Amino acid sequence: MISSPKRLPLAVAALLGATAAQGAEPVKVGVLQSLSGTMAISEVTVKNAEIMAIDEINAKGGVMGRRIVAIVEDGASDPATFAQKAGKLIQQQQVATVFGGWTSASRKAMLPVFQRTNNLLWYPVQFEGNECSPNIIYTGAQPNQQIVPALNWAAQKGRKRYFLVGSDYVFPRTANLILKKQIAARKLAVVGEEYVPLGGTDFSAVVAKIRAAKPDIIFSTLNGDSNVSFFKQMAAAGLSSAQIPVMSFSIAEQEAQAMGPQLVKGSYATWNYFQSMPTPANRAFVAAYKKRFGAGAAITDPMVHGYVNVYLWKAAVEKARSFDPTAVRKAAAAMPAIPSPMGPVRLAGNQSLHQRAYVGQLDPAGQFRIISRSDQEIAPNPYDRLAFPGKTCTLN
Amino acid sequence: MDSALVLTQIFNGFSLASLYLLAALGLALSFGLMRVINMAHGEMLMLGGYLAYLTLLAVPGPMGILVAMPVAFAGAACMGGVIQIGLVRHLSARPLDTLLATWGVSLILQQAARSLFGAIGVDVTAPAWLDGGFTLAGANVPSSRLFILAVAAAVLAALALVLARTRIGLLVRAVNQDRMMAAATGIDVRRVDLAMFCLGTGIAGLAGVVLALLGPVTPNVGQSYIVPAFLVVVMGGLGSIVGTTVAALLLGLFSALAQIFVDVSVAQVLLLAFVILFIQVRPQGVIASRSRALDA
Repeated sequence: MISSPKRLPLAVAALLGATAAQGAEPVKVGVLQSLSGTMAISEVTVKNAEIMAIDEINAKGGVMGRRIVAIVEDGASDPATFAQKAGKLIQQQQVATVFGGWTSASRKAMLPVFQRTNNLLWYPVQFEGNECSPNIIYTGAQPNQQIVPALNWAAQKGRKRYFLVGSDYVFPRTANLILKKQIAARKLAVVGEEYVPLGGTDFSAVVAKIRAAKPDIIFSTLNGDSNVSFFKQMAAAGLSSAQIPVMSFSIAEQEAQAMGPQLVKGSYATWNYFQSMPTPANRAFVAAYKKRFGAGAAITDPMVHGYVNVYLWKAAVEKARSFDPTAVRKAAAAMPAIPSPMGPVRLAGNQSLHQRAYVGQLDPAGQFRIISRSDQEIAPNPYDRLAFPGKTCTLN
Repeated sequence: MDSALVLTQIFNGFSLASLYLLAALGLALSFGLMRVINMAHGEMLMLGGYLAYLTLLAVPGPMGILVAMPVAFAGAACMGGVIQIGLVRHLSARPLDTLLATWGVSLILQQAARSLFGAIGVDVTAPAWLDGGFTLAGANVPSSRLFILAVAAAVLAALALVLARTRIGLLVRAVNQDRMMAAATGIDVRRVDLAMFCLGTGIAGLAGVVLALLGPVTPNVGQSYIVPAFLVVVMGGLGSIVGTTVAALLLGLFSALAQIFVDVSVAQVLLLAFVILFIQVRPQGVIASRSRALDA
């Protein structure tokens, strides 16, 4: 088994030690992202960030004295595959917990698996809310931590007429439902709401309607390649960001880089993290990531949430003194803040993250200049008070 | 209602129609002549788009897009030739098998593009002379869309000329009317088939270049235009070029005008409903094809 003579003494020591301390045995965790298919472009980098956190923790002695072994599985951009691989990780590999998921469809497909096996999923991406399960730790932005702060900012800047454009699936529909209620409550106006099929490339009508409606700002929940078509056709029609600004909710540094920053420069995005954050903790993280994955690598909000999730899990395990998912999630929901590239982070009782919202404006280099941030950390709430009145998320 | 919006949408209707037409012509040609439904036709658009991207890397500058068009035409035509000789020809007696086999080719080409160029789209930047646009009677006319209209008109004119005035056009019309008789008079039917298949896929390659002016080139860019293209062919009367043109105009205008009142995604549903209703009233399509091949 062990061919290198150098390792022999080590192996003997390990064998002798193993009987004395059961804790020396490594602990397995699942990393489940799309490594192939249409989502791979976004999810491979989240996997990288999660693996980087695991390696860092291992280098510093692991969790409760045990090394972490990551079992990486490919969700293949297919919700059914995500569910099947989650089941495989939990039942065959007996992992202690799973880090992963991106699309709401993948999360919704995995949810029953985690509930049935009473295991725990650490989900890193902003989402539409309206869901709350004890078996998921949602660290990406809830609607009140991304879209509502974006609206607050725009309203404060005197923007009165809003145009909503989105891809036709669950996130944009739910986000726009919340936005419409919030815009009405502020006595502002929605002057248009348009949906284009996911992956759709024809924006001629949308651009014509925007031109006719003369909005002060466009709120875009378009996803993926549609963004390029949208910005291209807006530019061709003579509507630049300077004339009608666009606030996007799914364009991060990586997407801006891939689209060509020239096309999207001057437009806005709201996230809980930007690569340009000027804190020492973030600079160190960015430098470490680039050292490992190349100087050209872009770092995004979901990547940092994936990275932070591993550290949150470690802290929760050490607080619970157990790897049992139920003990871990209960410990997680009542932990002091831990340091992270985003600044100190702590989970709320509903297993989501307290976090600030930042508004950034894209510069021609594809980085966001932070132009506004929420006054304080925003407590996560998956159920918008206006769109889903009376619903609250209570766990345990 | 805002008259500028209506006028803009009428123009957009023509622009959409020209895209539909460029995507559908090749399908109509290969179905009309060989009764082959080429499921990989959308990937010929994709191929044209990527060839445009590569050409512009090699020939940057204002004229790059004009170089890209013959390159994309030739590239897609060659790929069409490979598909025709390697696959379609051997399955010509079994239309369903052709459908499945070309669908397989479509999946292979998409995955190949994903492996070569990545899952995220590549961008073709329009030259400066296609940037911007102007306002005509209140309607906004982007130059890139005007260019697409011009390309579609030129392709249509050239195709009509080839079919009506050239020797190969004469052979095509003969084979189209009666394949057996044409073969009996000594026409090399297989060569006519090959030429038309290449011509059709080449036109799709051109469509890919103009599509790249509007959005990113992605591995599945062909998929969003292939369904409307099939609708155009069905509605046009299978295999008729005039019918295909009229149907493309009808569907482009219908789609653009419907989008004044409903979402883009709802407009797609209405478009399908419109075609279904039209086919109920006029099963033979806009123009009834008189090909005897279709009588069987």
